[in-house]
Parts: sequence; C-alpha cells; structure tokens
Amino acid sequence: MSKSKSFLIISRRPPYGSSHARDALDTALTTAVFEQPVAILFQGDGVYQLLSGQEPGGVRQKNLSATLSALPMYDIDRLYVCARAMAQRGLDQNDLVLPVEVLDDAGIAGLIRNHDVVMNF
Amino acid sequence: MIFSLLVYGAPHSHQAAESAYRFAVSALNQGHGIHRIFFYGDGVHNGSALASPPQDECDLPARWQALAEQHELDLVVCIAAAVRRGVLDANEALRYEKPAHNLRAGFELSGLGQLAEAAIQSDRLITFGA
Amino acid sequence: MTLHTLNRPPSDRALLTDCLAALLADDTLLLLEDGVYCALESLSLPTGVRCVALAADVEARGIGSRLPAGIEVVDDAGFVELCCRNDRVLSWF
Repeated sequence: MSKSKSFLIISRRPPYGSSHARDALDTALTTAVFEQPVAILFQGDGVYQLLSGQEPGGVRQKNLSATLSALPMYDIDRLYVCARAMAQRGLDQNDLVLPVEVLDDAGIAGLIRNHDVVMNF
Repeated sequence: MIFSLLVYGAPHSHQAAESAYRFAVSALNQGHGIHRIFFYGDGVHNGSALASPPQDECDLPARWQALAEQHELDLVVCIAAAVRRGVLDANEALRYEKPAHNLRAGFELSGLGQLAEAAIQSDRLITFGA
Repeated sequence: MTLHTLNRPPSDRALLTDCLAALLADDTLLLLEDGVYCALESLSLPTGVRCVALAADVEARGIGSRLPAGIEVVDDAGFVELCCRNDRVLSWF
C-alpha cells in the first residue's frame, strides 16, 4: 500500500462488559498488519484492561490482558495510559500487565495532534 | 475530499447510524467522495435484510441500500462482528450450516482490514460511535 | 487542528472531562445526538476552541432557545465542512 498514516487508538471501555475493548484491540492489531504505525492510549475505565490477575473463564470470554501483553510482538509498542485515569482508580504501573507510558492531559492532547487517524472505542 | 465512515451503532438502538446516513447524504450533495462505509460492532445490523420497522419510521437498512445503488457506495459489514450477531450472507450461511442468510443487497461482508484500508486511503475517517 | 465530536449527555462526566481535556487552541468541538445537552452546561473550553451543536439534534430535543450565546448551530452541511477544515476527526462516545 502506497500511503502510510500514523494511527492512534483510544480505548476507553473496561474489558468484558461490552465488545468495545476487544474491538479496539482487533482494530489496532489489524492496522499493524497493514504496516502502519499504531499507538494505543488507555483512558478512563479502559485502564482496567491492563490490570493483572484477569481470569475471564467464568464469563466465557478470552483473556484480553493476555493479548494486550503480547502487543509488542505485533510491533505495537507505543502504549500509553492517562495519568488522571490511573490516579482516580488508585492504580500504578505495578498493577499492570505490561509497561506503559503515563501521559498527563497536555501529553494526551499532543499525542492526538501527532497522529493522522485517531479512533476512539 | 474523500471520506470513509465507521458506523458503530445498530439502527433504532442508537442514533449513530442515522447520523452517519445524514452525513453521507450531505457529503455526497457537496460533491465529496465516499470511499467506504464500514459497519462494526452492533452497527452490523444496518446490513440486515430482515429489519421491518413500522411504515412511519425510518427504514435505515433500506435507505443505505438505496443510497449505495444511487452512488455506487462500498458498504462493508465487518464479517467477524456480523457472523457473531447473526448477520450472514449466503456463503457464511453455508459455511456455518445455517438455514437462512439475511445480508441485504448492496452490503458485503469483509474483514477488519477493510477498515484499516479505508482509513489509509481516505482523507478523513469519521466515526459514528455508540 | 482537530474536530472533536461528542454524542453523549453531560451525565457521562468522565467522557466529557476527557474530551474537554484533549482540546487544544484552534480545535472545534461539535456536539451531536445526546451530546447537544452538553451545550446547556457552562463548558470550560480552552481559549481558541470553537463549540458548535448540530442543528437537527438541537431542534429534535427542543433546546434551541436554551443554548448559551457562545454555542453556534451548524447544519449537516456545516458538519461536513468542519470535517474538511480540520486535519482529523475524533469522535468521543
């Protein structure tokens, strides 16, 4: 494909309660297959997707955090979380399944401006 | 300008699909192009041939079909989201051994790659979220 | 420049807060569907941010006369034009 665009996926929903989180992840993975640079920002309740200790077998769903922790293998290694979302939920990096960069509001606004396509889920 | 639209809401459950339809009409009226309209999540229900709203209500699947015929639009329904929700074309009905198929004429089932491709090829991707 | 669209009412406080925090000077915030009710709150927008509401949604909900002075109303054609004028469109929902 001739054109190249930078993609930012903003994932705002918690896992399992709806299909949004899975759809965001599938979109990111598919876009990476097209060899486009992809970053993911976890914001709001979306930061709960990264929480370690998820065992969704009882709700008959696949473990979303297991796929998330494999993202760097798919060349998606620019992963960000909203600092406000983390602080409001009493979370820090040690609670998460993989290392991510924490961004404040100014950092997030700048991140949006630096990407050609920004998709919210 | 070339647009692509991402529609995430089912007709009637949410206003998103109707907003997307009005946007598409307005963009076409202004002479813009629409590369693709991609239906994802519950938005796959826009592609149902069996939706039967009361006569005094908007029949969005029928209107999408008519708009597509008029402007040769590429209406793509995410295949993974659709088969999960029971929106099947003849091929998928055969594959999953289902007794019927219900994808409306004018729509096609295809993969999420069609969304990525649309975002790459279009000047703007507009999401109508639900 | 980014066109932000928002389609949820102000009771979805987390969404509204994150959307407002993401606005930069020269961005535009377009309220549509239930998002037009956000126009009835005194939104604290950064300087240089324009806020508009979609006409059909404002009329449908009967809030045209209640809109504060700073909110412009645009029709569907205006929505399309805003998409052209901005570099990207980010939908908050």
